[in-house]
Amino acid sequence: MHELQITERILDIVLKHAAGQKVDRIVRIHLRIGALSDLEDEWIQRYFDYLSRGTVAENAKLAIVRANAVMRCPSCSSSFEVGREELASAQCPDCGERELELAAGREYLIENMEVL
Amino acid sequence: MSDAVRLIEIKEEIHADNDRTAKALRAKLEEKKTFLLNLMSSPGSGKTSTILKTIETLRDRFRFAVLEADIDSTVDAEAVAAVGIPAVQLRTGGFCHLDAAMVTKGLEALDLDALDIVVVENVGNLVCPAEFDTGAVRNAMILSVPEGDDKPLKYPLMFTVSDVLLVNKIDYLPFSNFDLEAMRKRAMKLNPQMEIFEVSARTGQGFEQWASWLAREVSDFLNSAPGASRPAIGKFLSISRC
Repeated sequence: MHELQITERILDIVLKHAAGQKVDRIVRIHLRIGALSDLEDEWIQRYFDYLSRGTVAENAKLAIVRANAVMRCPSCSSSFEVGREELASAQCPDCGERELELAAGREYLIENMEVL
Repeated sequence: MSDAVRLIEIKEEIHADNDRTAKALRAKLEEKKTFLLNLMSSPGSGKTSTILKTIETLRDRFRFAVLEADIDSTVDAEAVAAVGIPAVQLRTGGFCHLDAAMVTKGLEALDLDALDIVVVENVGNLVCPAEFDTGAVRNAMILSVPEGDDKPLKYPLMFTVSDVLLVNKIDYLPFSNFDLEAMRKRAMKLNPQMEIFEVSARTGQGFEQWASWLAREVSDFLNSAPGASRPAIGKFLSISRC
C-alpha cells in the first residue's frame, strides 16, 4: 500500500549516495527490513523499476533481507530473536517470562549498494 | 574506469527524515502545550463517531480541534465542524497514511495557542499508518467488534505502536463470536503497556473510563516541564532503528 512512498525514499537515498562517485549504473541495492513490516518485496521492486527509469538506478535489483524481530525480557534482561509468526506466542528462553518488550522489528535500512 | 563492481556503504534508515520531522513537531507541541492524539483504525470502525463522543464528554474541560485525513472526501470534517469544533480536512490524494510532514502542514491551519487537544483522524487502514510517526504525543487505535478478535495476529505493528486500544461497538458483543479475552491476550503479548478500554460510541458505554484516561494524559502533558513528558510507546520501538 505505502510501498510507493517507501520506494521513492529508497531511490532518493541511493541517487544521493551515487552522486559524485562516478557511478555508471547501480546493480544491486541491499536492504534490511524488519519482520513487522507488511511491505511486499515484489511490489517494492515493481515500483522501483517504474520510478528508476532514466536514472543510474534503472534495472537495479533490490536484495531484501528480512530481519527477525528482537524481543527483550524485562525480568532477566535477555534479548532474543523471534519470527513474525512467533510474536504472539513468544516466551523468554532463559526464564520463561511471557510479558516481553519488542526491541526491534520495524527497521528499514539501506545497507549498501553494488555499482559499476 | 574498470568494470569491477564496487560496494558503496549507505547505512541509511528510510524513515530517518520522517522521524526527524516528527521529533521537531513534538518539540513544538510541547512548547505550545497542545496535546496531539493520533487515532488509527480500519475504515468503518467508528473513528469519527468515537471522536465526536470523546469531544462531547470532555469539551467542558479542554479546547479541541480535529485534523481529518481522507483519501478524497470532506464528510468527516463536516461532521466535526457541525458540532462547533474546528476541523481541518487533509485530502491525502491517494496516500494511505499520514506522515509527520502532512500533519505539520495541517496544524498550520489551526491556532495552537487556543487549543489543548488536536485529534488526528488518520486514514482508515491498519497497515500503513502504523509505519509512520506523525509527531503525536500519544497513539490510539480502535478495533471494533465486527472486525474480529484475530486482528492483533494479522496487524501486529499497529498494536505495538498504540498506547491505547479502544474496543469499539462493544454493544455488538452478544451478537458476535468475538473472544474478548483471546483478543486481549494477543494484544498484551505484543504490547504489555497498552491500555485497553471497551467502548461503544453509539451507547456511550465505557466512555467515562476512556475519557478519564485521556484527560489524565492531557493534564499531565499540559502541566509537565518541557522535555519531561513520557514518550509515546511507538518511540520506544525506534531505539533500534539505527
